[in-house]
Amino acid sequence: MKILVSLKRTADPDNANKIKIGAGGAKIETTGLEPKANPFDEYAVEASLRLIENGQTKARNAGDKLTVVSFGPKETATSIRQALAMGADDGLLYVTDDESLDGDLVARSLAKVVEAQKPDLVILGKQAVDGDSNQVGQALAELLQWPSATFAMSVELSADKKTAIVGREVDGGVVKLKLTLPAVITVDLRIVSPKSVVNHVTPATFNYADGARFTPLPMIIKAKTKPIVEAPIASLGVDVALKSKYVEFALPPARKGGVKVKDVAELVEKLRSEAKVL
Amino acid sequence: MSKILVIAEVAGAKLRKTTLSAITFARNSGLPFDLLVVGHNVGAAAEDLRADGAGVVKVADDASLANYVAEAFTPTVAEAAKGYAVVAVTASSFGKDLAPRVAVRLGAGLASDISAVEASGGALTYRRPMYAGNANAKMQITTAVQVVSARQSEFAAAAPSGGASPVEKVAVVANPLAGRVEFLGFDEVKSARPDLAEAGTVVAGGRSLKSADGFKTVLEPLVDVFGAAMGASRAAVDAGYVPNDLQVGQTGKVVAPKLYIAVGISGAIQHVAGMKNSKVIVAINKDPEAPIFQLADYGLVADLFKAVPELTDAVKKVRAEG
Ligand SMILES: Cc1cc2nc3c(=O)[nH]c(=O)nc-3n(C[C@H](O)[C@H](O)[C@H](O)COP(=O)(O)OP(=O)(O)OC[C@H]3O[C@@H](n4cnc5c(N)ncnc54)[C@H](O)[C@@H]3O)c2cc1C
Ligand SMILES: Nc1ncnc2c1ncn2[C@@H]1O[C@H](COP(=O)(O)O)[C@@H](O)[C@H]1O
Repeated sequence: MKILVSLKRTADPDNANKIKIGAGGAKIETTGLEPKANPFDEYAVEASLRLIENGQTKARNAGDKLTVVSFGPKETATSIRQALAMGADDGLLYVTDDESLDGDLVARSLAKVVEAQKPDLVILGKQAVDGDSNQVGQALAELLQWPSATFAMSVELSADKKTAIVGREVDGGVVKLKLTLPAVITVDLRIVSPKSVVNHVTPATFNYADGARFTPLPMIIKAKTKPIVEAPIASLGVDVALKSKYVEFALPPARKGGVKVKDVAELVEKLRSEAKVL
Repeated sequence: MSKILVIAEVAGAKLRKTTLSAITFARNSGLPFDLLVVGHNVGAAAEDLRADGAGVVKVADDASLANYVAEAFTPTVAEAAKGYAVVAVTASSFGKDLAPRVAVRLGAGLASDISAVEASGGALTYRRPMYAGNANAKMQITTAVQVVSARQSEFAAAAPSGGASPVEKVAVVANPLAGRVEFLGFDEVKSARPDLAEAGTVVAGGRSLKSADGFKTVLEPLVDVFGAAMGASRAAVDAGYVPNDLQVGQTGKVVAPKLYIAVGISGAIQHVAGMKNSKVIVAINKDPEAPIFQLADYGLVADLFKAVPELTDAVKKVRAEG
């Protein structure tokens, strides 16, 4: 089985409150924030690895392969390299500026990559935590006319690898869908919980550690020898015109911190007479 | 004349209140709008929408649409959307899933999870939060047809405007992928409490409640004395203390109630993204340096296991006194 994961490089999401707005609201400045892989894409890599390995022995299932693809500046290679250190086999980087992309163009570019790579599954994060637009996976599925499941919290691959049962986190509960491969899946946070991925190779008793795996030094060193193929995005032959145009950025109005109350009695008093919410 | 098509959201054939936010979006845009209800046995849901000011309430009713599956809904929605300038839906899990696909079908650009719309000179400009709400962007769509998903917490539920829009049946377009995606079931989390996205008060708990039992015995009495909805941090959800769909934050639900009480929640930026637009924020945390205090109107530095039962009793008393 072949899996393709898309990965976006984002500015350190835990410090997104330190972004600045460039002169005249023209640009979001992330200077000083460490670039990191979009966390949901890291989870997509983790989920993919769990699909193609025996969790207990860490042996790769024969014939299975994981490719990571990214669209972005040259420096994105560092983030791809992280995914290779986790266990992905190779990387593709289509070079462009972040400003020259929107969700629609990423989806159309990805569709071209899928045509060339012919994976059985494409796994994406449900959203990139910089743009927060939550659209690429859905758009890709529609472009490819492949079955899909977004916001996945669980994936169970059938023993013959022809179908997958996906649990989707939605308002009010969890929906289960059965997809016939090839298919598109976007992953939510819970996809990296200990038993969220079932591939009928990893023993049913085995529990993964919560979260994406750590990369030990030998894997980091090995990743340096794994191939990352770089090409300009134009080489995909897509129309690079954007369907959305950002005209201005601003910081949101800051919320003033309030007061500390000394005890529950004072809190209740304030809620009643000052805030009038009691 | 350019018009908006608002997609209603139904669950189990019943209209979801989320729909009323997309209607507010349409009203704020200043363009005339129609409504589209897709599902099975949704006659009553369509009836409910007749007084909201739509030109027409369109209905696509078919057994194949009984459960929401993107592949089944998209062709029907896209077909009904032909001729409209804007297709709008609320950015619930339904709207977030559906909107990008409809956009692809229509060759339209997408403005997702927007918080405001401005109409000027015949063009619509959208505002949308980015970077976990740490930037507000103004954007426009460059294609003739535009698809929009509107954030429920920023578009208040529309009140009926009177009148009685005519109801009109529209075609159901077969799902080309019917054989390759199968709906197996919906595991619903049933709760007697108000919906998180609609509640006037939200009481949310974090990892510090330590267990499902902690939520039950310590937090729930406070939730109920307020008649509030219960929320949680990611850490509490990941630990399995409460169901997934209670998660408040950048990647969970975005809420803006009149009162938000954060109990034992540190205030990570991803959590703050989902609640900072609440009117009044109360934080109870034993760490005086917890970031949540930077935005709380009222902060109480205390052990929650002591403070929450005390607060529950005190609120009960106030309520009893009227
Ligand atoms: C991709 C991604 C997406 C995310 N999305 C979300 C999201 O949507 N929503 C979300 O909430 N998080 C999200 N997070 C996680 C977020 O970064 C934090 O890890 C999480 O919000 C922390 O939850 P917490 O405050 O309950 O736990 P902690 O950070 O562990 O904080 C617990 C707090 O409780 C206090 N405390 C402990 N004991 C007591 C006591 N007895 N009495 C009073 N106070 C006490 C502590 O002082 C501390 O402040 C996301 C993270 C990532 C990487
Ligand atoms: N520039 C990009 N390069 C690679 N993958 C991307 C890029 N932008 C978005 N994606 C993928 O699409 C997912 C959803 O992103 P978005 O729709 O932008 O929120 C992300 O989690 C990534 O997997």
